[in-house]
Amino acid sequence: MRIELDFLSVLTEWPLLVKGVAWTVGLTSVSTVLGLFLGVVLAWSRVHGNLPLRALAGSYVETIRNTPFIVQLFFIYFGLPAMGLRLAPETASIIAMVVNLSAYATEIIRAGIEATPKGQIEAGKSLALSSGQIFTHVVLPPALRKVWPALVSQIIIVMLGSAVCGQISTEELSHAANLIQSRNFRAFEAFIIATLTYLSLSMALRRLLNWIGPRFLFGR
Amino acid sequence: MQFNILAKRRLTLALLAGLALTGTAVQAQTALDDVLKAKVIKIAIPTDYPPYGFVGIDLKPQGLDIDMANYIGQKLGVKVELIPVISANRIPYLQTRKADLVISTLGKNPDREKVIDFTAAYSPFFQAVFASKSLSIKSFNDLVGKSVGVTRGAMEDQELAKVVPAGVDVKRFEDNNATISSFISGQVQVIATGASVAGTIMTKNPGLNTEYKLLLKDSPNFIGVGKGEDKLRLKVNEIIAQARKAGDIDKMSQKWLGRSAGELPL
Repeated sequence: MRIELDFLSVLTEWPLLVKGVAWTVGLTSVSTVLGLFLGVVLAWSRVHGNLPLRALAGSYVETIRNTPFIVQLFFIYFGLPAMGLRLAPETASIIAMVVNLSAYATEIIRAGIEATPKGQIEAGKSLALSSGQIFTHVVLPPALRKVWPALVSQIIIVMLGSAVCGQISTEELSHAANLIQSRNFRAFEAFIIATLTYLSLSMALRRLLNWIGPRFLFGR
Repeated sequence: MQFNILAKRRLTLALLAGLALTGTAVQAQTALDDVLKAKVIKIAIPTDYPPYGFVGIDLKPQGLDIDMANYIGQKLGVKVELIPVISANRIPYLQTRKADLVISTLGKNPDREKVIDFTAAYSPFFQAVFASKSLSIKSFNDLVGKSVGVTRGAMEDQELAKVVPAGVDVKRFEDNNATISSFISGQVQVIATGASVAGTIMTKNPGLNTEYKLLLKDSPNFIGVGKGEDKLRLKVNEIIAQARKAGDIDKMSQKWLGRSAGELPL
């Protein structure tokens, strides 16, 4: 069997591909920032919150972690308009990604928080720090450092999951690849290019996050 | 088990094809006389293709093709026996004379003309742009600033790409269901799709007040008759011509597809 590859006919559509990469990167950056912030808040609620707050955070995490991403996405985009809430596909995608990432991040960060040695918290107390100060300065930084590799992996999974957002006409990378192959029927070439792009995006993102984390989120 | 059924089906198809080959050779021009003598005409119709042919809540077939079948039966003064078929077996049913006519969204093409004959066209099939009645869309330029949902890579996507001006927000969805959902949930204001999909939207969601706006591509339907059955073919042509003059063809098209039949080829 001979396969003739014609990458040129895909690459001539480069404006679509560039736009797709831009959307994938954009969706991922926004949802990473918001998702991690929400994850920390929810993790705090699950560990230190009062009973109703713990239950709320717990059921949120369980609901999101036990339903497929695409169903969450369709619920937000096709379901919510029935309640009068109509969102642009891009907004719906970001919300779905934030919601998804925050639920997984909650559990990862919670593991880090709970692994904090008691003595450390007692040391904070003996220095007369408030409980808020203890959480942000004594508990959280080492907790994040412990779980950072797991969080980075989760962020990459969410970025790769954004490929599904093309289903609701968000013009991210796999939507672009799909559009190109439905126009010129060069499916193999289009998806080879998409695969390589995702691969390099993932590797770059992992390096970037491994660089950012120690410098800005928790000291070395 | 699945394999067995498939194998059996394949065997049946092969047998049918064999029958078809021998059948056409001996077919005489007696279909019309036979029908009139038996006072029954057997017509193959779809039941899986709304609004042309589908099964209603009463489990009886209904749709444009069924209306047309009954119309022809009535004009011939004979009873109609409806035979449900699928796309793949419509033509074999005709070739083996299990059906006298096929009224099943049948398009005309040279390959089919080798094995069966076609009457005049009786209904339109088309890709078009649909939207709510409250939206004023008279030309493709009126689509500027509006969102149009379409299934990516479908025929209507390609036709749409040829005609839309810049500034139209074309949203491409993965499959027909996502496109339909986006239109029904109001995520897009306009939908570009085939007549059958639009017909389903209109019958199932009357509240949306969807109506036909602009044509993308026409490919009308014809009635199939057995090869060489000229007497029957001419008789059906006569009925279609009269129905067209009387406005009945337009009425049926309006009822099921939401637009008049327009110019149909003979």
